Amino acid sequence: MTTTNILLVGVGGQGTVLASNILVKGLVEAGYDVKMSEVHGMAQRGGSVSTQVRFGNKVLSPIIGAGEADIIVSFEKMEALRYLPQLKIGGKVIVNNEALPSAPVQAGLMNYPTNTLEVLKSKADVRVLEASKIAVELGNEKVANIVLFGALAKLMNLDGIDWKDVISRTVKEKFIELNLRAFDKGQEMIQ
Amino acid sequence: MKELMSGNEALARGFYEAGCHFATAYPGTPSTEILENMSKYKEITSEWAPNEKVAMEAAIGASIAGGRAVAAMKMVGVNVGSDPLFTYAYMGVNGGFVFVSADDPGMHSSQNEQDNRNYAPFARIAMLEPSDSQECYEMAKASFDLSEKYNVTVMIRTTTRVNHSKSLVEYGERVEAPFKDYDRKLGQSRFDAVPALSRKLRVDLENRLDVLKAYSEESPYNFVEWNDKKIGFVTSGVSYTYLKEVFGDTVSYCKIGFTYPLPIEQIRKFAEQVDTLYVVEELDPYIENQLKIAGIKCIGKEKIPAIGELNPNIIANVFLGTEQETIEVDPKDLIPRPPTLCAGCPHRGFFYDLGKRKNVMIASDIGCYGLSGAAPLYAKDTCICMGGSAGTGHGAQTIFNKKGNGMRVVAVMGDSTFFATGMNGVEGALYNKGNLVTAVLDNRTTAMTGHQENPGTGYTNSGEVTESIQIEDVVRAMGCKNVRTFNPHHLTETKEAIGWALSLEGPSVIIARYPCALKKYSKEDIEVFGRLTRKYAVDEDKCIGCKKCTKTGCPAIFFQTDKKKSWINPAQCVGCSVCSQVCPVSAIHELEVR
Repeated sequence: MTTTNILLVGVGGQGTVLASNILVKGLVEAGYDVKMSEVHGMAQRGGSVSTQVRFGNKVLSPIIGAGEADIIVSFEKMEALRYLPQLKIGGKVIVNNEALPSAPVQAGLMNYPTNTLEVLKSKADVRVLEASKIAVELGNEKVANIVLFGALAKLMNLDGIDWKDVISRTVKEKFIELNLRAFDKGQEMIQ
Repeated sequence: MKELMSGNEALARGFYEAGCHFATAYPGTPSTEILENMSKYKEITSEWAPNEKVAMEAAIGASIAGGRAVAAMKMVGVNVGSDPLFTYAYMGVNGGFVFVSADDPGMHSSQNEQDNRNYAPFARIAMLEPSDSQECYEMAKASFDLSEKYNVTVMIRTTTRVNHSKSLVEYGERVEAPFKDYDRKLGQSRFDAVPALSRKLRVDLENRLDVLKAYSEESPYNFVEWNDKKIGFVTSGVSYTYLKEVFGDTVSYCKIGFTYPLPIEQIRKFAEQVDTLYVVEELDPYIENQLKIAGIKCIGKEKIPAIGELNPNIIANVFLGTEQETIEVDPKDLIPRPPTLCAGCPHRGFFYDLGKRKNVMIASDIGCYGLSGAAPLYAKDTCICMGGSAGTGHGAQTIFNKKGNGMRVVAVMGDSTFFATGMNGVEGALYNKGNLVTAVLDNRTTAMTGHQENPGTGYTNSGEVTESIQIEDVVRAMGCKNVRTFNPHHLTETKEAIGWALSLEGPSVIIARYPCALKKYSKEDIEVFGRLTRKYAVDEDKCIGCKKCTKTGCPAIFFQTDKKKSWINPAQCVGCSVCSQVCPVSAIHELEVR
């Protein structure tokens, strides 16, 4: 098989790292060759963050080039738009309907655009998820990342990986149940 | 055993398995996780050094005494550590000595871009250049044997993509390495760099290179992959994976992993068998120039950029003329998301005041406080290098004094920066009767790189309690008479301290002390400062929409343009109270503790 490229993007502190760790753990255990690349440094300081995951029989370059991501999972809608040039023509985008204002917006110097989802939808195959709202309904806003991951797992549609088993072995025991429900919710969102 | 590892984890694993005894580093992206991972192995003594020069020296001392030792540092850290490096290169080693240079092409988190492969021929030391985590592991594991067998300092040169990318690593078990003997005769005969000995060692150094050249021709890290012979690529490091991504098995490769001295004859033979030879390497024409000197015809930087990171798109575009089709995004649909000082950052109160001062030059440094230059704080003029604020500040103050324009310089540095090399700048200003104001923002940790201990925190890398060196004691011992410590979350105290320092004719050191809001507080931190557990909220009836609170640049404060009122996100607020102190109508109050 050819290499599949998954790009996870968001804002520092949104839990992109946990989602990527579950993803690569499942892929490695299923026997895929995997490369994962992150740029560190500013992650905790409110900057834009991204994790690149590539898998297949044999993966060479650790980075996803422009126009080469098969799926972008964005934890925040402006970040989906920012990273859209990374998407393959015909690729898919999963986006959390969440707007996190950045410094210039908070200071009242700029407005967060109201049409970001429309712009996204006009340019690519975009699935909008209310992951943060669902997570709050489930009782913990932090599991929005696993709702999004559930949707990703459904879109990837890989045989032979029991994602729930992987999640159960990755998250803290008292959060397993919550995370599994979040995962199910994410799966349900993708038809 | 097989596991997904970053390059940094793999390097640590390789050093561990090779029987490493001593590891030391100064934190710096992208190298920091090397020592953090070494710390997991209890057989190794792993230490944070105050700076890269001390790291290099301590590892050299461990090598002289007969242990296997490694020092790790970022690209620009090698500049700091290079003084001992150049001399130790003459001497060979006793126990194996290796250092890692983690370069940062593209400057993801560095102040400049440099190709540290140039250090290898400059210092005449052996160099290994891994291209992925498996090679990081294998080369780290082999490096001590190489160092001891060929009596040479070994440099492992990585780049951000190699350090921070994860790939599968097949690894093994640790094999203990016996200590080498040491006695005074050995020290005096080989490790005492007086001119008489150095002149002899200088000749040995050149002879050693001849032996290493022969090794390079046979090294398992230099190999050829034959495919079609119309095009041949000579390459090293991560560029190899990019080429394979683009060309697969359609061209031939000469992959160099032992990159100093180069296997010139192997490359010459390769060149003779391909129609066109290209050299593909990130940054400088390091390999290319050596091939051209050796009379090997090749094409390199005529085609491949010498600035910034390479990637498969660039390579495909250069050689195949293909332009990857991408979705275009109109920049006007985007809002920027620059990194900011965190909610509750103790630097905020200090910069809120300093940024408003007139006729002041702010000489800053490397660390989180570098984020103070952006809107809305605008509290930074210059930044040159790690620990450089007081040195540059003193020089600038000297000229302003000569100009007689009343301009004052405030040098700003962090606690880790002070202990690294910042204190030398302060020392220079004091000794030379300067009138520099130095502000040390002591947040009780090395924050930017992810909270490493330093000589001021009271803890070692392994978590043991140690002497906490007091900045006040150090600067007083240097002769500074004007020293004041203040709480930067307290704006009146901050204003007074800065005003006091600027009112003095002589030099001063003011210390803003409060722990980083993201730091895991130590027992002492909690005793002295308590915990940041309060929350603040805006009373919308009182808020007049003046936006003063947003001028602190706190990411927890949102100005609601529709209502013209501020709002504080309770999930982000940690209760530093700075915004409540700047509010002119007392609209921001502490929330009742539930």
